[in-house]
Amino acid sequence: MQPGDTQRPLSLPAVLVRLMAIGVILCAAAALFVYVGGWLSPDRRTQDRFMTAFDAHDGKHPGFRRNHAKGLCVTGWFDAAAEAAPLSRAAIFHLQRVPIVGRFALAGGMPFAADQAGTVRSMALRFLPIGAQEWRTGMNDIPVFPVNSNEGFYEQLRASAPDPATGKPDLEAMKDFLARHPETVRAMQLIKARSISSGFADDTYNSLDAFYLTNSSGVSVPVRWSAVAVQPFVADDAGAHAGAEKNYLFDDLLKQLESHALKWRLVFTIGEAGDSTQDATLAWPEERRRVVAGIVTIARAVSEENGACTDINYDPMVLPDGIAPSDDPLLAARSSVYARSFTLRSAEKSKKPASAVSPPVGMDGSAP
Amino acid sequence: MSKQDERFTALSRVLHWLMAAMILIMLFVGVGMVSSTTERYRYLVALHRPLGILILILAVVRLTNRLLNAPPPLPASLPKLQQIAATVSHIVLYALMFIMPLLGWAMLSAAPYPIDLFGTLRLPAILSPDAALYAQLRALHTDFALLFYAVILVHLGAALLHAWIRRDGVFRSMAGGPRSPTP
Repeated sequence: MQPGDTQRPLSLPAVLVRLMAIGVILCAAAALFVYVGGWLSPDRRTQDRFMTAFDAHDGKHPGFRRNHAKGLCVTGWFDAAAEAAPLSRAAIFHLQRVPIVGRFALAGGMPFAADQAGTVRSMALRFLPIGAQEWRTGMNDIPVFPVNSNEGFYEQLRASAPDPATGKPDLEAMKDFLARHPETVRAMQLIKARSISSGFADDTYNSLDAFYLTNSSGVSVPVRWSAVAVQPFVADDAGAHAGAEKNYLFDDLLKQLESHALKWRLVFTIGEAGDSTQDATLAWPEERRRVVAGIVTIARAVSEENGACTDINYDPMVLPDGIAPSDDPLLAARSSVYARSFTLRSAEKSKKPASAVSPPVGMDGSAP
Repeated sequence: MSKQDERFTALSRVLHWLMAAMILIMLFVGVGMVSSTTERYRYLVALHRPLGILILILAVVRLTNRLLNAPPPLPASLPKLQQIAATVSHIVLYALMFIMPLLGWAMLSAAPYPIDLFGTLRLPAILSPDAALYAQLRALHTDFALLFYAVILVHLGAALLHAWIRRDGVFRSMAGGPRSPTP
């Protein structure tokens, strides 16, 4: 006999009340789930709303990255300098020659836009030490980030999107955004004042966000890093590329890689007390200690059609033990938004047209 | 039937309630993290991966325990259709305890993302890199998560029906409490 069977039968109203209570509990549980998923909060900056904002900004381009859409895969290697080992216990700084799969790209979500000297250029690197933890980083050729928060990232994207009615950027929206974001106004001044190089090869790319390096004794230091071109800097000359092909920046890079490898110094800038790790719109003082951690060599280029960079999400939070994220909120914003972009474009692979920059197959040679 | 058979064993009950809490936390962390872009995203992802693997390990323990210790039978008074529904829903819940973590592990492998647990502990990849496959597994991970939560709600609703309306001892067999009804 089950114990409950001996109890008095419930009256009909009691049954109804209890049924209702169960119904309320189940509805509340379902509603809580929907709430946590962001579906009840139109103002929450979810990953999907970032995707919608990118689509509104640049249009839909199935199969491409939602930002830095126009790019080219490269391969090469990293040779650590002895100076890096005392700073970080990450395997890449303690091994001989670590393979790299990288990507050069132009900022923006339009994969077929014509190259322009002023467009922000990026270098993404994936360090793949054999048998040890990998490291991914995406760097840009600007001195500071234009925004310092998740909210700034989203609002700037929305404010700079073309007005659907006119097809032109809404100047009022941008003015309104800048009025509320003085950090962006200051950062834009630094970004505009940068010297623009002639191409990808003589450019310098910066992590912008801060991280921590931790060595084998457990000592951590805040850092930002840069890939500083070994190739001598040549200032952009508008006359030299007037009427140039629409892929002239990438074509130049391809041409240089046909004849010789290109090199960058990986430089760690060590932050000191008072240097913000949280605010990527603020530059650190020029006199900070810089440590050359090694040389990045890029030896060949491969189109996105055949390249190993295409299906890689250069998530700035993919870090080896020995490199850790800082309290910069942009790291979580970039990581989560890139992840969503990667998921969407991976599902769209079959719909992706060929990338704008597709070097001849002969470029996809075997390893050096 | 004997008094001993009326309830799940202590180990079964501990596993049930521990995993119930972990799986609910997991589903909420999951749905929260895939919609987050703030600092919260970092902490939720860092929790989601090790918790998922822990659930997978406990699922192995639990299935073994279930095969070794038969659960108390449902009351004979329960209509056949409800008996079948109970059995099917339990099979689905057990299956999802294995499928969800394995899907998560597989999709991260295909992406390819490193599968960090805690400290320097990382899991090896169980699939070769394949972005299109990643996208399919990623979609399945969401679909099965929604199914998991839906079946949990059905399970909860059924448990409460047993507890508050049928009062047939089925709820008490898992909830614990006194063995004999207080008059």
